[in-house]
Amino acid sequence: MTEKEPLVRIRNLNIIGITDETEVPIINGVDLDLHRGEVIGLIGESGAGKSTLGLAAMGFTRDGCHIRGGEVTFDGIDLVDAGPEIRRELLGKRIAYVAQSAAASFNPAHRIIRQHSEAPMVHSVMPRQQSEEDAIDLYNRLRLPNPEEIGFRYPHQVSGGQLQRAMTAMAMSCRPDLIIFDEPTTALDVTTQIEVLAAIRDIVSQFNTAAIYITHDLAVVAQMADRIKVLFRGDEVEEAATGTMMKSPKEEYTKSLWAVRSFQRKQKPLAKKGEVPVISLQSVTAAYATTPVLREVSFDIHRGRTVAVVGESGSGKSTAARCITGLLPPLSGQVLNNGNPLPASFRQRNREQLRQIQMIYQMADTALNPRMKISEIIGRPVEFYLGLTGNEKKKRVFQLLEQIELDPAQYYNRLPTELSGGQKQRIGIARALAAEPEFIICDEVTSALDQLVAEGILKLLAKLQDQMDLAYMFITHDLSTVRAIADEVVVMKDGEVVESGAKNKMFKPPHHPYTDLLLSSVPEMDENWLDELLDQRGVENIGDAAVSKMAGN
Amino acid sequence: MLTQLAIWVGGGFLASLALNRALPGLGTGRVQDWIKNTGTVGMFGYYILATVLVLLVDYYVGFLMGANMPEWFKSISLLGSTRLPFLAWLLHGIVMFGVAGFIFRALGRSVGTELSRKMFRQMPITASFGILTILIYVIVAVFADIIAPYGQAEVFDRINLLPGGNPDLGGDPSHPLGTDQIGRDLLSRLIFGAQNTVGIAFVTTCLAFFIGASLGFLAATLGGWFDQFLSRIVDMLMAIPQLIFALLLMTIATAWAGSERWLITIYMILIIAVLDSTRVFRLSRAVGMNIVVMDFFEAAKLRGENLSYLVFREILPNAYAPLLAEFGLRFCFVFLTIAALSFLGIGIQPPLADWGTMVKDLSQFINFAAFSPLTAALPLLAAGAIALLTVAVNFVVDWMLHRSSGLKE
Repeated sequence: MTEKEPLVRIRNLNIIGITDETEVPIINGVDLDLHRGEVIGLIGESGAGKSTLGLAAMGFTRDGCHIRGGEVTFDGIDLVDAGPEIRRELLGKRIAYVAQSAAASFNPAHRIIRQHSEAPMVHSVMPRQQSEEDAIDLYNRLRLPNPEEIGFRYPHQVSGGQLQRAMTAMAMSCRPDLIIFDEPTTALDVTTQIEVLAAIRDIVSQFNTAAIYITHDLAVVAQMADRIKVLFRGDEVEEAATGTMMKSPKEEYTKSLWAVRSFQRKQKPLAKKGEVPVISLQSVTAAYATTPVLREVSFDIHRGRTVAVVGESGSGKSTAARCITGLLPPLSGQVLNNGNPLPASFRQRNREQLRQIQMIYQMADTALNPRMKISEIIGRPVEFYLGLTGNEKKKRVFQLLEQIELDPAQYYNRLPTELSGGQKQRIGIARALAAEPEFIICDEVTSALDQLVAEGILKLLAKLQDQMDLAYMFITHDLSTVRAIADEVVVMKDGEVVESGAKNKMFKPPHHPYTDLLLSSVPEMDENWLDELLDQRGVENIGDAAVSKMAGN
Repeated sequence: MLTQLAIWVGGGFLASLALNRALPGLGTGRVQDWIKNTGTVGMFGYYILATVLVLLVDYYVGFLMGANMPEWFKSISLLGSTRLPFLAWLLHGIVMFGVAGFIFRALGRSVGTELSRKMFRQMPITASFGILTILIYVIVAVFADIIAPYGQAEVFDRINLLPGGNPDLGGDPSHPLGTDQIGRDLLSRLIFGAQNTVGIAFVTTCLAFFIGASLGFLAATLGGWFDQFLSRIVDMLMAIPQLIFALLLMTIATAWAGSERWLITIYMILIIAVLDSTRVFRLSRAVGMNIVVMDFFEAAKLRGENLSYLVFREILPNAYAPLLAEFGLRFCFVFLTIAALSFLGIGIQPPLADWGTMVKDLSQFINFAAFSPLTAALPLLAAGAIALLTVAVNFVVDWMLHRSSGLKE
């Protein structure tokens, strides 16, 4: 692009990880050039090495990883062999890092602004007083509410999206030449995500900072980056300017990433009037101790249908699921199963009632007992509910493994730790299926997975539904998932059902303003999407601001 | 000698100061960085270490030369002319144990299944030494009857208080470690002591874990008033200093046992197990609390599983690592408590050999240090056996903690 020397220059970088005495290549000879003021997006599935590459640009590797070869230079300084003195001079001052979870990255014991001014003071860039004034200025630019005051709060007193912006401000505190953003919006709701994205983009261009933006969400990277680099298992797949990459990807792998979002199942007709729903919530009100979380929630789920429950975090969608399973007995209202009321607490339900309602969890890591073999994880419900033992049980587990498209002979005796994220999620599905239920609650089942893997899971769930006429309650905040799999949609906000109906109706206007806001906040695969959205809504009326405004109405 | 020491220490401090100031100009980058990061105080630490090493070498060379020491060596040496053999024995012991641990690890690396070989490859030398030591203790304890030359209660007419068995010095070759003051063979008693002390400690620890872990997991699973009830009882038990509480209860138990002396040992096992189970309870409750909030536990609960399945199939396998590490530590504490109680005379009852009692019985010989250093060292035999096992168990526990915390890379 320019004949000037790039700010970051990575040549033929090789990084290996050492686990259990074996060396695993993580990055195999990747090159990267980043000029001043440029934003490069790194995308790929988990395990592609994008975070490792991002950290390597700081000359840093995680524990257990080693740089085996190649060079990393930052503004002409060699970072691979640099001693701690040289690094200390650079990190925080000229290179900054913004981590995925701001909540976990702030020290909970200190006020935000204290932490903000730490780096400038340590690096003698400016004294505390000046740095704090500067912080307030940055908070202003990042459009944080009450910029004068927010820095004097403790991290737990600030919401996730605001914290992520405060973290970006902190990274900016020394006016670095390079900021590395490692999935800064992955943990946020769509409405919050927009604010953070807009704020990050503005501030990076205002200060002409170079940035490496790591994410697995293509739509997000399209908004943020000038150039995109696609990684796959430590190899570079291709690199191009954002526009070119979006319109005409060259490699097969990139195309498959782009195509993921096109999966969409045919919507089934609504259930006939008068048909008894599998699960029916009737004005359920629930509370954690004295804090009300559900108010008069009612909706029906029919046989063979998928009902997507959407809403941002705190809207009560998971609590509704806990009421159905009986983990949280409702204060009033009831849950009907095929027209018969279920006891409020799961302790009072009999085995048959428990069998009918199964659950698939968001985090497959914690949903499977790490010390149990697959044979027992799936075999236990088979034995417990259906009373099969010995060979019959084994046969049934084999069948189930085949249904979830895993080779039974190979996986029967494995432990969950020996599986990938997607495979674990499949085992979770098999465990739910083993009970032969009528109804399955899928709690954010795809949000922790890469898009390609998530698509596989969604297809599998769709196939199983057709085969067994299952009813799904699909809890999600990802509207592209809803578009792919739902028949009906229930939109929740602050513990109440805002709107519900068939999917095709829900995705077409006119709808409730909140639904509208949710829908328009989902990033689209168009590099101008964010600009257009900002034009439409106005800078002061995106994300959180819009939500709180609506609540006032 | 004091002047000499003062010169060494003061000079050393000045030298380290000079090193820290002057050296950054010298050497390669890595050395420079190291010196800069270490600082004057750190350098002084290294200096003290070096001094201790020099003194040890000085002493050891002197010990090897013995009577043939040349005059020039005597004039510069600080410790070389000391005639006490203990430090040399200690040095020999450390080297021998190190070598034994190394050989044991090398053996483990080449023999056995792939899994066990891998374990040995990743093992630090301290852990392999610990495992070897524990193995030897176990073998000695199990086969005490075969290994020991005499019975533990066998009294000989000829009392011989000189260890070493060297007839020239007045020792008795048939009692390599000598006898105690009433004529019982010390080597045999040490060996039987392994059986009694270690065996009883092991049983006690197992019992403490059975009580503590099962109640702790139950409290974590059930929560509510059950948890409150148990936890408050445990708080109450833990509020009283453990050794004093144990002494108190043992006094009562001794009165109950009356003339049936062996009952005292049973009571002691029960008392120590209950008192130690409070610690295990707290740990397993805390570990269990972290597991019961996991999704897989919720899934099992929603399936309608009963308590025993939840505790033994869902919680226990996930709590092995911290419990096992705690087991090692707890074993040491129990072991020391038993030794302490026996030392006070209310633990394991004579004529059973026990290391704590042996330390107590032989402790009076410390008074003879000026006349016969070897005799004065007699109580150290049993104390050393206790110390060695404690160190060995802790080495193994450290290693297991390290592995289970995922820090192995």
